[in-house]
Amino acid sequence: MNAAIEFRNVNFAPRRGRRLLNGISFEVEEGTTTAVLGRSGSGKTTLLRTVNRMIEPTGGEVLLRGKNVRESDPVALRRGVGYVIQETGLFPHMTALRNVGLVLEAQGRPARDRVRLSEDLLNAVGLEARTFRERYPFELSGGQKQRVGLARALAAQPQVLLMDEPFGALDPLTRAEMQDMLRDLLASLRMTALLVTHDLDEALYLGDRIVLLGDGRLAANMRPEEFLRSRQPDVEAYVQAFHRGEERAVAAPGKSA
Amino acid sequence: MKEFLAQYGSEIAQLLTEHLWLTFAAMVLATAIAVPAGVMLTRRPVWAKPVIGAANILQTIPSLAMFGFLLPLPWLGERAARVAIVALTAYALLPIVRNTYAGIRGIDPSLVEVARALGLTDTQRFFKVELPLAGPFILAGLRTATVTCVGIATIAAAVGAGGLGELIFRGVASVDNRLILAGAIPAALLALACDGALGLVERWARAPGPASGPAA
Repeated sequence: MNAAIEFRNVNFAPRRGRRLLNGISFEVEEGTTTAVLGRSGSGKTTLLRTVNRMIEPTGGEVLLRGKNVRESDPVALRRGVGYVIQETGLFPHMTALRNVGLVLEAQGRPARDRVRLSEDLLNAVGLEARTFRERYPFELSGGQKQRVGLARALAAQPQVLLMDEPFGALDPLTRAEMQDMLRDLLASLRMTALLVTHDLDEALYLGDRIVLLGDGRLAANMRPEEFLRSRQPDVEAYVQAFHRGEERAVAAPGKSA
Repeated sequence: MKEFLAQYGSEIAQLLTEHLWLTFAAMVLATAIAVPAGVMLTRRPVWAKPVIGAANILQTIPSLAMFGFLLPLPWLGERAARVAIVALTAYALLPIVRNTYAGIRGIDPSLVEVARALGLTDTQRFFKVELPLAGPFILAGLRTATVTCVGIATIAAAVGAGGLGELIFRGVASVDNRLILAGAIPAALLALACDGALGLVERWARAPGPASGPAA
């Protein structure tokens, strides 16, 4: 049993303001994806950011492959941890190719390696490198930008991948395509991933486990099928919130006819 | 007109060169001080208000008075050109500091955040992300400062620092409009030329894409 990421009683309480994380403990097994669900403000993003030390917990510890992240230099640590955010965060003054290779550039890798690796990654996320390498972010669609963002996160061959609502801004069809691409990619790379989302479907589709946060506490940590069947009130409430539309449409079949 | 040019042409050219030199020296100095200062202010924002305020006050000192204040100072006063360059530098500080500060502060915070999360060091973040993105804004500050300096440099002649102002002062003293114009027209053209040239640089430095404003 190898935990790639382990949270041990993680607390985060900024000096001013309310406690954002309260005694969170769970493990993410090597090569698996854990989806972190919860409503806005439940502490999902905060938890994610403790892994690459963008936030330092005020209590407890975060272990990456058994090593407390606090013992790693933040710069080196972050280069070994892929990070994808919702608004892609692509640098507008760089081409897709340079965006992807930026971490390699920061590491001082020679240009030839950088270009070759970045092209391979663009191809791997479904963007033909020959067509897309010289494009600037403004020339890309939302889905394409997100693909570049993902390729960039994978450039330094990270040990783990952190994703914060990566597809939140996309339409459902594009999102589905992205989810398929991501699922294949994670499987082929045997990547460990922590995926923050509020979309139940996405969590069920991509997660090997689902963690539910509520008010900074760990409310549930289950396999997707357990999550759907759970009778635990806060889990049930979350699942039901996603099926309201469906229930209404089924319950009132004659109305629209 | 022809004989006027024949008589004054070489003098105009020489004064123009002096004028350009005063402006250029002041701009180099001001850039060397104000860009790093602006960057430091983004790291210590509490200082932004007092420092920019101080630069603002410098800006309000009438230029003739500024030259007058500097003249009696020990090392400075020995040469009029030194006085002129220091005074022009003082006027150039504000637009450069302000634009550097605002340009970097105006960068989308999520981009700065991503740069950190990707594992860029502070220096890399500055040179690869912040400086290129704030570049057009900083250049706009340099442009404003340069045009201001070209204008104010005409006053430098009052302390004997040369430049095109000399023709203007002489023209005023001898009530000769031709002389005034011989100083004023090249000075105006110089200002326009600097504005145009730096505008081109600014456009070249802008991030590619649809017109997206300074903070793009």
